[in-house]
Order: sequence, then C-alpha cells, then structure tokens
Amino acid sequence: MSAITPDTLSADTGPGGGSPLHAPVDLKTPRSLKERLIERLFGAFAMVSILTAAGIVIVLFGESVAFFQQVSFGQFFGDTQWTPLFSEPHFGIWPLITGTLLTTLIAISVALPLGLFAAIYLSEFASPRVRKVAKPSLELLAGIPTVVYGYFALSFVTPAIQSFIPGVSGANALAAGLVMGLMITPIIASLSEDAIYAVPRSLREGASALGGTKVRTIFRVVLPAAASGITASVILGLSRAIGETMIVAIAAGMEPNLTLDPREPVQTMTAFIVQVSLGDTPAGSLGFQTIFAVGLMLFLTTLVFNVISFRLRARLNRGGHA
Amino acid sequence: MTTPTSKRPNYGAPLLILPSGRAGETALKLTGMLAIILPLSLLAILIGTTFIQGAERLSADFLTDLPSRRASAAGIGPALAGTGMLMVLTAAIALPLGIGAALWLEEYARPSRFTGFVELIISTLAGVPSIVYALLALEVFVRTLGMGRSILAGAATLALLVLPMIIMASREALRTVPHGLREASYGLGGDRWITLRTIVLPLALPGILTGVILALARAIGETAPLITIGALTYVAFVPDSLSSAFTALPIQIFNWVSRPSADFHVTAAAAIVVLLTVMLVMNGLAIWLRSRLQTRIEG
Amino acid sequence: MVASKKASTLPDPSPAMPSHANAPMRAPLFVLPDVTDASEPAPASRMHAEDLFAFYGKNEAIKGITLPIPDRRVTAIIGPSGCGKSTFLRCLNRMHELTPSASVKGYVFLDDENIYGPNINPVRLRRHVGMVFQKPNPFPSMSIKDNVLAGFKLNGIRVPRPDEVAEKALRQAALWDEAKDHLNRSGSSLSGGQQQRLCIARSLALEPEVLLMDEPCSALDPIATARIEELIRELRDRLTIVIVTHNMQQAARVSDYTAFFYQGHLVEHGTTRSVFSNPAQKQTEDYVAGRFG
Repeated sequence: MSAITPDTLSADTGPGGGSPLHAPVDLKTPRSLKERLIERLFGAFAMVSILTAAGIVIVLFGESVAFFQQVSFGQFFGDTQWTPLFSEPHFGIWPLITGTLLTTLIAISVALPLGLFAAIYLSEFASPRVRKVAKPSLELLAGIPTVVYGYFALSFVTPAIQSFIPGVSGANALAAGLVMGLMITPIIASLSEDAIYAVPRSLREGASALGGTKVRTIFRVVLPAAASGITASVILGLSRAIGETMIVAIAAGMEPNLTLDPREPVQTMTAFIVQVSLGDTPAGSLGFQTIFAVGLMLFLTTLVFNVISFRLRARLNRGGHA
Repeated sequence: MTTPTSKRPNYGAPLLILPSGRAGETALKLTGMLAIILPLSLLAILIGTTFIQGAERLSADFLTDLPSRRASAAGIGPALAGTGMLMVLTAAIALPLGIGAALWLEEYARPSRFTGFVELIISTLAGVPSIVYALLALEVFVRTLGMGRSILAGAATLALLVLPMIIMASREALRTVPHGLREASYGLGGDRWITLRTIVLPLALPGILTGVILALARAIGETAPLITIGALTYVAFVPDSLSSAFTALPIQIFNWVSRPSADFHVTAAAAIVVLLTVMLVMNGLAIWLRSRLQTRIEG
Repeated sequence: MVASKKASTLPDPSPAMPSHANAPMRAPLFVLPDVTDASEPAPASRMHAEDLFAFYGKNEAIKGITLPIPDRRVTAIIGPSGCGKSTFLRCLNRMHELTPSASVKGYVFLDDENIYGPNINPVRLRRHVGMVFQKPNPFPSMSIKDNVLAGFKLNGIRVPRPDEVAEKALRQAALWDEAKDHLNRSGSSLSGGQQQRLCIARSLALEPEVLLMDEPCSALDPIATARIEELIRELRDRLTIVIVTHNMQQAARVSDYTAFFYQGHLVEHGTTRSVFSNPAQKQTEDYVAGRFG
C-alpha cells in the first residue's frame, strides 16, 4: 500500500493502484516556480514592444524640445529655406515638406490606378487559380529592397524620362516618385481587393436585378460601397511613401528645393536624415538635433495616417461600406 | 380616354460615360489584367537589365574581394560578411523576444484592456518608418548604451524593426493549433509550459519559421536604419567582433550607386544581383520549409 | 432514492425488483441489463462533491451540487443541454478554472482530500483524475506509441519500460490488436473511433484513480460507440469512471449509478436501475421518458 509516486508506477498494477484499499494520492506539489518564472519572462519580452514605443516617443520629443529651444516655431514653419548645416543656417521646413509631398503624390498617382484596377480584376473577374498566382506576384513588388529600387530609378527611369521630357535633371522627383509608385501598388491592390470582396453579394445582386451591367454595377455600386476600404488603402500607401528613404535618397537628390516641379531635384524629410548621418555632424550639436525634429514630424505624420487608415478599415469590418 | 404615359425620371447626365455591355466589360477586364501585368513586367525588365549589366562583374573574387577605389577590383567581401553576421545576430535577438512575446499574448495572458493595449502598440510599431527606428537606436544604443557604431547596435536596431512582424506571424501560427490539443495535454497533467513546448510549438513551428525568415529577408534589404546609426560605407575589413564597425550589402550598393562614375554602377548592379539572389533563396527556403513541416505533421 | 447524501449512505442497488406481474400500472421505462450485482454492498465514494458551485464570470452554471462518485463503478451524468453536466465534470479535475473568468466555490474530495485546498497542485491532480474529451484529440505530431506515452512526457516522468507500458494501455483500451503493427504511424492516421480509444489508452497509461469522460461517443458512429461502451464495461472494476452523456440509452447501458442534472441543479441520483425505472422526481421521469431535452 504505497502512495502513488512516479517511482511506483509500474507495469504490474492495474489502473487505480490495484489494491482494494487504495492509497492516498499525493497532490501537494506547489505550483512550479519554473512555470511562474517562465510566464514572467515572456511577459517581459512582450514589454519590449511597449519600451520601444515609449523610447521612440521619448527620444523624438526629447531631442525636439532641445531643438525648439534654439529654433523657434516661427523659423521652422515660416522660413522657406532649409540649410541647417550651413554656417548661416536656415531652418524652414517647407522645402523638405514639398519634397516629400511631391514624391508622394507622384507615387500615389501611379499606384492608385494600377492598384485599383488590379483589385477590380482580382475580385470581379479573375478565377481562383489566377488569383492564387497573381496576388503573391504583386506582393513581390513590395518585397524588393528599396535600395535596389533607388538604383532602378537612377539608372533606368531617369534616362528614360530624360529622353522624352526636356529639362529633367539627373536627380529628380519624378523618377523617384514613379518607382515609389511601383513599390506601393501592392498595398493599394491588396487592401482595395479586401474592401471590394467585402461588399455583400446582396448589393451586387440588387443592382443586377435592376438591370445594371457588370461595369455599371462595379463603378456605381461596388466601388462606392468599398470606398472606405479603398481610401484606407490609399492613406496607408501614402504613409508608406512618406516614410520611404532610399529611393528618394538615391534618385531624388539631396538638395532641399522648394518646388512642385517634378523635373527638379528635391530632398525629402527622410533623405535629409540620411544625409546628416552620412556626414560628420557632431552628436549633440544643433545640426544633429534637427534630424530628430524632422524625425518627429515624420513619425507624427505617418502615425496619424496609419490611425486614420486603421479606423477606416475597422469600419469596413463592421459595416461593409462607408 | 388617354392612357397615361409614364415619364422616365431624369437622372441627369452621368458623371462618367461608362462603356457598358460586353465591350465595356472586356475593356475593364483587360485594364485590370494590364494593371497587374504592367508593373510586373516593368519589374522583370528592370531586374533583367540589372542582371545583364552586372553579370560581367560577377565572379568568385567579387564575392570575397574588398571594396576598392578601382571599380573593376571592388568586391563585396566585407559587405557580405556584414550582412551574414547581421542576419544571425538579428535572428538571435528577435527570435526569442518575438516568440516569447507571442506566447505571452496568446497562451499566458488573460485578455484584458492591457493586453489590448499591447496589441495596439505592436501593430502601430509595424507601421512606423524604418528611419524612425534608426533615430531611436541612435540615441539609445549608439549613444546612451555606448554600443557605438557596432554591428551589435545594427543588429539590435534591425531586431526592433522586425519584432512586430515576428510577433504577429507567431501569434497567427499559434492560433492554428486546435485548442483541443492543449486541453488533452492539460487533462493528462501537463502544465502550461510543457504543453507549449511539447505539443503546441512543434505544430506552430512552420508558421513561425516562415514568418521569421520573411522578416529576416526584409531586414536584409534595409539600408536607411543602418546608415543612420553609423554603418560605414567604406569598410575594408570583415567585422571581427560584436563591437566592430561594419558594413552591409545594401549599404555597399548605396555607396557605389552614389558615385558618379558609371563603372561603379556596374559594380552596384553586380552587388544587386547577389542581394536579390540571397533574398530569393531565403523566400524559397521559407516556402519549402512550410510545406515540408506541414507534411510531416499530417503524417 | 433522492440526491444529496453523503458517501456511506448511498442506497444499495435494490435486491428485489418488482416483477412484471406485480408492477404498478405503468410499464417499466427501460429493461436494463444486470449491470450491478444486487448482493454487493454499496461501495465507498472515491470522489465526492459537496455544495459545489461553478461560475462563468457572474453566471452560475452549477448550483450547490452534492454528489458521491462511488469507487470503481461507472457513474453517468445525464441531463438536457446546458444543464451543467460538462461543467461539473470539469470541476472534478480542476479544468473548469482554465476558462477565463471561471470560478468555483465549494468542495470536491478525492479520497477525503479537498482538491480545491490551498496546497493542492491542480496539474498534479490531473495525473490522478484523467479525462477523455468529446472530440478525439490525439497529438498529430506524435506517433501512436508516443501518444500513449505522452502523459509521462508531459509530466516529466521517465518510463522504465515504455514498450510494455504502451502495450498494456493499448490492450486496456482494446486498441492493441488494431494498432500493434502500426505503432509508429501518426496519431491522426486512425479512424475516429480508434482515435478515441487511443485517447483513452493515453489516459489509462498514467493509471489514474478516476477517469472522466465528456460525451466520449457523441462524435463517433454507432459501431465505434458500441466498442467504447464495451470498453467502459470492461474497465469498470478497476477504475472509477464518470461519464457525461446526452444519450440516455447509453447511460442505461454502461453505468451503475446515474445523476440527473437540470439547469445547474442535481435533481436526482441513485442506481441507474432506480433512476430509470423508478425515478422519484417527476422531472427525472419526464426527461428519462423523453418528454423534454
């Protein structure tokens, strides 16, 4: 008559211990210390993400505060020249903003039609087999390293543009914007397709029953119903383009330039940060701090866009249409 | 007695004259197909031309040589070594952190407002531009923690960058394991960790590994964060310790592309060929791994 | 034969059943096989629940149940959907509390030890109170043999003679003949009924004192079901079994004692024979006659 312990589990006794007078079972092992430690450890790992987010906020705001103690808001938003590293520095952010804006707008004007029509085709016309191949293939566009895209823009697209548009300089916003457009097409295509797919069948059937052709149904019924999802995809694409660095650093140039002419070189906010990093600006100096101020603007802008996009998509999941 | 005639209400002129009927449908369909084929063909042409341009420079020497002032003698040895070491270090940091965090969120933590907050943070971080991570790393790793412009700092930066991806992919993978298996394990007297270790993780492994490999493939191509934290663009040595300076393949490409000389552009093209090949292999590996592990499980 | 009695006062299976000739006006509802030996004294209870409440958040799923589980007999728990029988079962091996926001109040004793006591390790408990689930869940990443031995691996116990242990458990679960040539095949390569017997073997390998079965046949075809019912009858003398079932005929076929639950309450329990042919409560009679549920 022994307590049931691991050692006494033998092949000879039947279930229940075998003896008619069963022994008390030993249940009193405390909850393993190891188990609790493991849970704490994994929880700590999850906290790393919170630390990262907190770190980003603290670092960006911290250095920006130091920056803005020396450079007034008026200078930052009022001046139209951006030459923070010169001996007579100007801190007007507008050239960087127009640079980012220009390249981003060119990108979206490429990606939106391409992505939208691709999405329409995939959800309304393509067979499941085609869709299975086409969707991952489009994702390829997003998987190419951006430095490679930068090379494409500089070495192939720019000369091509130069051959039929006069006045295009070696570094220009147009080439960078076009290639960025290629890169963000999958974002538009994928999210728009989800949005279109989510439009309930009943809407389409209703339109057909009223005598609508497929084309009319798509443009008058389905797309408006999917509008919030499509908008979400565009906003996300914009956010991605705003945050893009290498394509513009390589192909759009490093000269801050307050212009909306795509043939000219421009510098984006991201390219500026790279420029400073490549140089020898001493840490802690004002010049150095500017990259954090610019970084903060970048972070806030993309954050706002991402949140808007997320909200729009959440609405899609709930309602199906705007 | 006149029969009343119904008048068609006037909807107004359409904003867009849409070609309807069969012809319109075909036109729309073709436009859609074009919208897919065009970018992909462009990509193919761009990659193909790059391959052709760079092919002349490709050789075994190219892979091991040091960069040099002469384009024809320049190689990607240090850059390749740097990329390799970065990958290993990044994986070493990001894998345990990412899988652990995913386990905590999926298996241990009771759903609460706090866990919802953590999830929100993670998905927000996924959308932050990589250069912002660089700024964080610059301040925290390079300066405050004194890691300097080392390969360890570079790996830490990339690890933070890909962490949200790994966490999300791992969580998805954990979710595919049926809950009944966990119950069976608890019913037999297994505690949570041993259930995860013995039953759940082996089944979630294909999904997790695929996510990790894809995340690493993305990390390899990242240039901006590494430049910002100070990866050097001219490194004539292979990094020999965690704290040594380093360069990486995309950085070397950037360096060569930025030179005005056309010769260096050819060298850059060759380096691009290598980079794309590495990424292709990694993606292929991810796909192969996933299918192989899945057949093993289905027995 | 009413509910809420402590262990030793459990009613004996009645030695003399009214014959057809002397029967009251209504016909016997069931003709039962002789499951319990009429001359046997009532066994002591191996487990018993006392004043047990179970909650999902604020929702009271089990309301003050006191029920003995006789040693080495089969106790069936029957009742309509949602009456709390599965919840009750899961309180017996402390798996109920694994559901988020689930809680328990009251006592459950295993051999006079309160399993909800402060020093009790629930994980350890489940080695002694095993469970078989409704949907067979063999571990797909393991072979049949490894599945049988999985309990040891999960408890960190080294098995001295694994092949013997596995064979013994598979024999007890009536799966040995079908599986012995395929021990290395994946656990999920078996049919539904075989998978469930594998899960039973897996639980039996740990030699638990009690085996809980939560509707073990509801996902199986009739032939597989019959085999498992046969298995339960075979295991009867060696193991305390508690089986939840929504199939009354099954309860009548395999169990010695039956408890009828309704909306979280224990309405009636006693020997299966008495509950089915002579229920004391009208509710029981209605349920057993199929008038609801």
